[in-house]
Amino acid sequence: MTDQMETSSNSGNAHIENHRDDIGAKMGMWLFLFTEVLLFGGMFLIYAVYRYKYPDQFHIAAMELNTNIGTLNTIILLTSSLTVAISISALQKGSRIISLIMLSATLLFAIMFLINKYFEWATKFEHGIYPGSKVLLNKPNGQILFFGLYFVMTGLHALHVVIGMVILTFMLVFILRKSVTSDNYVKLENSGLYWHLVDLIWIFLFPLFYLIQ
Amino acid sequence: MEEKGKHHFGYLTYILVWLTLVAFTALTVTVAGVSLGKYTLLIALLIAAVKSALVINIFMHIKFDEPIFKVFLGLSGFTLIVIFILTFVDFLYR
Repeated sequence: MTDQMETSSNSGNAHIENHRDDIGAKMGMWLFLFTEVLLFGGMFLIYAVYRYKYPDQFHIAAMELNTNIGTLNTIILLTSSLTVAISISALQKGSRIISLIMLSATLLFAIMFLINKYFEWATKFEHGIYPGSKVLLNKPNGQILFFGLYFVMTGLHALHVVIGMVILTFMLVFILRKSVTSDNYVKLENSGLYWHLVDLIWIFLFPLFYLIQ
Repeated sequence: MEEKGKHHFGYLTYILVWLTLVAFTALTVTVAGVSLGKYTLLIALLIAAVKSALVINIFMHIKFDEPIFKVFLGLSGFTLIVIFILTFVDFLYR
């Protein structure tokens, strides 16, 4: 396995003077994504157990959530995944401008996602539903658990969106400064992987929270 | 071997995958509105799994990357499944 990886990494960078290990860099990223999957996996596990225990309460509590905002945010995130994928592909093909435009579009979609999230949470707060609120604590246990999981899981996901935005902004600067180029793009690829992971987590959060009817 | 990790999808492929993902989103929202009892959750999770497969294979490029990355992904998925099964066995039969 090691032999094979060295060969392909050498053949990839043979013409470049400085020593780089793009495959090693990507391997590190995938290992990190592995830990992210387990982090969210633990939360999905808690969700699964409590949904099994309180199916009716979960249904009633989920009625409070706005399916339209959830659907809109799903489409926004899917589109941002598309633009980041095109951005990487464009840079690899040597079209810097397209890459920069697509990366900026990704950031714009991320901001749109967060704005929607802000309005969504603000509505919950207006209805008196936030962790530890009187309204919430007067509800049955199953509903308290549902909203607890909702705030923690979508909150942690939103935090990942913010971190992703910071990383993608760095990539934008790196491309502008030409330290990420058409033959040195592993940083952009790894940032893309992170962004797709954020999208992947949302693909599961969306039906589990917004689509319980 | 030289082509490994060097394979590029065209923009059109990405756009088609994106359209499919949006279509699946519409489908999962529509299906959730229909009362299918206990199958609702199963169908929603199946659609989510198909969407994930598309994102991982095409957007995340794993199809044309190092095989070891697939091993990582398989291992993390397997670990999760084992944890879920063990937890539910404990929860249901304690």
